[in-house]
Amino acid sequence: MSLEDLYKEVILDHYRAPRNKGRLDPHDVLLERNNPLCGDEIELFLKFEDGQLQGISFDGKGCSISLASTSMMTEKVQGLSIEQARELTESIKRMMAGEEDGDPNALGDLVSLKGVVKYPVRIKCALLGWNTLLEGLAEGATNPS
Amino acid sequence: MTFDGAVVRKDFPIFETEAHGKRLVYLDSAATSQKPRQVLDRITLFYETENANVHRGVYELSEKATAAYEGARDACARFIGAASSRSLVFTRGTTEAINLVRYTWARVNVREGDEILITEMEHHSNLIPWQLLAQENGAILRHLPIDDEGKLRLDLLEEYITKDTKLVSLTLMSNVLGTINPVRLVADAAHAMGAKILVDAAQAAPHLSFDVNDLDADFLTYSAHKMCGPTGAGVLYGREELLEEMPPFHGGGDMIREVWADHATWNEIPYKFEAGTPNVAQAVGMGAAVEYLEALGMDAVREHEMELTAYAIERLDAMGATIYGPRQLDERGGVVSFNLEAVHPHDLSTIVDQEGVCIRAGHHCAQPLMRRLGVPATARASFYVYNTPEDVDALIDAVEKSKGWFA
Repeated sequence: MSLEDLYKEVILDHYRAPRNKGRLDPHDVLLERNNPLCGDEIELFLKFEDGQLQGISFDGKGCSISLASTSMMTEKVQGLSIEQARELTESIKRMMAGEEDGDPNALGDLVSLKGVVKYPVRIKCALLGWNTLLEGLAEGATNPS
Repeated sequence: MTFDGAVVRKDFPIFETEAHGKRLVYLDSAATSQKPRQVLDRITLFYETENANVHRGVYELSEKATAAYEGARDACARFIGAASSRSLVFTRGTTEAINLVRYTWARVNVREGDEILITEMEHHSNLIPWQLLAQENGAILRHLPIDDEGKLRLDLLEEYITKDTKLVSLTLMSNVLGTINPVRLVADAAHAMGAKILVDAAQAAPHLSFDVNDLDADFLTYSAHKMCGPTGAGVLYGREELLEEMPPFHGGGDMIREVWADHATWNEIPYKFEAGTPNVAQAVGMGAAVEYLEALGMDAVREHEMELTAYAIERLDAMGATIYGPRQLDERGGVVSFNLEAVHPHDLSTIVDQEGVCIRAGHHCAQPLMRRLGVPATARASFYVYNTPEDVDALIDAVEKSKGWFA
């Protein structure tokens, strides 16, 4: 177990230069969530159109793992249908639970988060954005714009 | 005369282990301390040669167990200058002790519209019980503010302690800022308005010498596990006349005198508050921890930690860290919360751990205080009798390494 497994270059890159950071206006859903254990905070902005996640951005404070994971998430789920985004989120959660999950190439850059599994206390950091997204997708599905 | 942390360290078997193949540098004693062989051996000796239930048997072994248990109570009373062991109730720890006061004394004496005053720097254990009471009975919970240096706003005491204040409950030493509070001054202000004062000494007792009479405390509590003792033991000190008047806490064996089908009378204090078989071995271990610290000398403990704290602050300052809490050494204990601009506390804690250095990252069970400081989290290094300047150097080297990751 080495720090290189956790702090992969792609993670550090997203931490230094987060993508889709800041308010998204207009938006359909705004969720504020935090990780009470470490105080990480996230605001997630979602815009839906025809059952698709048309726009996504986030703001907040957090450690490198939570910020990088959320940043990568916003790149990956943009343009997906609600169902596709939900499936991707579930497979990330399975990866964090240590379960092998089909074709690792399907996750692309997100595979770099796999090293977090070896640091159990940091899994919550990595999943803060994704769990918030799951809630937002549920709202988007029940209140289609 | 102080002692050498490197020599004291040899009393603690845990330091024979390594962390990630490195020398174990334990800087999280504010969360829980390590345990010396003297305490561990005493607990083992109890189980091997004295174990029986207490206050029950008429046989010799039970008398031995009772003597060990009550001997520990005497040590814990002596440690804080309490005149009588009758005023010392064994609990599971500080949290249970504060809840005991909430469910007994406060339930009778704090009514709707009455005020409970705590401070902005309290640990959740001295906040949530009073929130729950206020929600239950309509009492008003107020928070004495702190200034930007993390000291109590004593200039506001008069405004915050009113004729409606029934209880002032505050920490003697902050687990985040290290601030040592002028409790006697607050106690005088509270008593002048007819209020009682509860002192949370969980963080102070392991590190400072103090006396309940000098503090003029009505209640005071501390835990074994932060002061070289085992988990599961702590004490509540209460003025005898208060303990006498208070209703019981938990019901069960040992806290009763006579029992009928539909009612009962209570045992004398402090047993009235100790229902069921207590954590006897843990209490005995707590007594051994007191004796261990007495042998080192609490003034020497304080001096040792002041030296380490001064050194740590100097080194962290030099690397540009933001340090929270008072800058005057005589106003703070050996708890140093800090932040680096470039590295989040969580990342810092993970990275320094790889170097064998254990520090805390997060909100330290004080979320309202974190909001007051305007930070989601801090890193925290805390020192104890077994730490050395070498440990501070290890921390600084590890922190330097962490900066490399995010440069």
